[in-house]
Amino acid sequence: MPQTHASGQPYEDDAPEPAPTPGGAKAESTDALDSLLDEIDDSLQTNAEQFVRSFVQKGGQ
Amino acid sequence: MLPGGISADVPPPLDVPAERRIFGLETEFGLHLDAPNARAVTPEEVAGHLFHSVVQWGRSSNVFLPNASRLYIDVGAHPEYATAECDTLTDLIASDKAGERIVHDLVEQGERRLADAGVAGQIHLYKNNVDSAGNSYGCHENYLVRRRADFRAFASALLPFLVTRQIVTGAGTVTRTPTGSHFSFSSRADHMWEGMSSATTRSRPMINTRDEPHANAELYRRMHVIVGDSSMSETTTLLKVGATDLILRLMEARIPLPDLTLAKEMQAIRAVAHDLTGAATVELADGRRLTAVEVQQTYLDAVRSRVGDAIERTPEVERIVDLWQRGIDAVRTQDFSGVDTELDWAIKLRLLERYQSRLDCTLDDPRLARLELAYHDISPTRGLFHRLVRDGLAATVVTEAQIDHARSHAPATTRAALRGRFVAAALDAGQDFTVDWVHLKLAGGSKRTILLKDPFRATDERVDSLLAALDEPGPAVD
Repeated sequence: MPQTHASGQPYEDDAPEPAPTPGGAKAESTDALDSLLDEIDDSLQTNAEQFVRSFVQKGGQ
Repeated sequence: MLPGGISADVPPPLDVPAERRIFGLETEFGLHLDAPNARAVTPEEVAGHLFHSVVQWGRSSNVFLPNASRLYIDVGAHPEYATAECDTLTDLIASDKAGERIVHDLVEQGERRLADAGVAGQIHLYKNNVDSAGNSYGCHENYLVRRRADFRAFASALLPFLVTRQIVTGAGTVTRTPTGSHFSFSSRADHMWEGMSSATTRSRPMINTRDEPHANAELYRRMHVIVGDSSMSETTTLLKVGATDLILRLMEARIPLPDLTLAKEMQAIRAVAHDLTGAATVELADGRRLTAVEVQQTYLDAVRSRVGDAIERTPEVERIVDLWQRGIDAVRTQDFSGVDTELDWAIKLRLLERYQSRLDCTLDDPRLARLELAYHDISPTRGLFHRLVRDGLAATVVTEAQIDHARSHAPATTRAALRGRFVAAALDAGQDFTVDWVHLKLAGGSKRTILLKDPFRATDERVDSLLAALDEPGPAVD
């Protein structure tokens, strides 16, 4: 019952939602991606080539 | 009953609805010791140190856990975790993710033991499918199907689906060749040699046809799919296993599917893997040429047309169908933004492209290969995927609480519940025991073996009385 009541008068205040800035959510998510890359950048850059090459599970192939 | 024999009082198989299925996932982890003198130890020795505590409590490096899953060291020193029998996708995903945590828990002690042996470094465990030298290892999907006389034809009808599903469920990878680098849907495709076979080491089939149901063999067979990529993303696992299950449901209901038999499966799986545009065509046995997008769309349309009758409409089915469509659309339109938090290859591609543009480097730069390994690193601290989830850049299906629960609790609605109770009780009582997928036995010459042939049966009086006997003071009575 509270649910139907809440959705019963949705149009009284039908001022349009503020228009989202173009690509708003996407830009936010790109920011999150950039700060994540900032966070790990140092560890990824350190000896990257040697690190990658040393991951061999089966020797001698 | 003979002492030590198998109990004869096996309950009759449960009558279960056709759509109820047992799922299981087996994951081989890549094991990488990053240490200045790492060459002083072999991968086998590293695995030995990693599993030291397991051997201490389990007397073996091949054990079943109280959550009813199996943990062991596989050929090639790969730590492997096999989920218990699950009959829902949420249980499966929780158990699979719990496996990552369980295997990771071994790292700290393994590093300490290595340091004591003079090799100070970090152990990385990767949920991926290939090492830097191109050695491949797998993620095996198990689907319990009803036994039928035409199993071979039944299984082979699944191949066109399996060859092309990588455009939505692949893990994505940078493929480096002498002539240049490009992003592919899957690293596993290049390691497949044939469509079906009963061998796995000498040949690399997409479906392993070894008849090993781990269940009542009169009723069931196991569809053992070994062509898939390991998935970091929970939503990718949902689609990978969920879509395959829906196709199997139509096939098991004997609903005719469009005949998309491929002319050359091995050629097709490679062509699809290396074409990110989804526009490359594969040749069908009837001479037609279709794109991977068209093949997947055909299967999805076949599924969607039966949702509401042959396939019960549930929120989970709707979620699978919706993600499946959005994944196909992303490839067709080459706009990946609709799935770049949900499908592994798209999540990873977005990361790689962003990092590449920051570094202003070529695609074969080792720092991008390093990023790829970080993506698959299961460590909650060193791994990248956990941070993607934390920052809302990767979607989830189950909660952290569900994963945590699955670390120590078996799925409640399958045979796994019986095995989980047994393992936990025997460990509590300090009793030696032997256990596999279908047997439980306490050690001791006169103790009988309980045979659990029905993977759908979650309760069993024989197990109840065995556990009751364990609780009694003094020596357990048979």
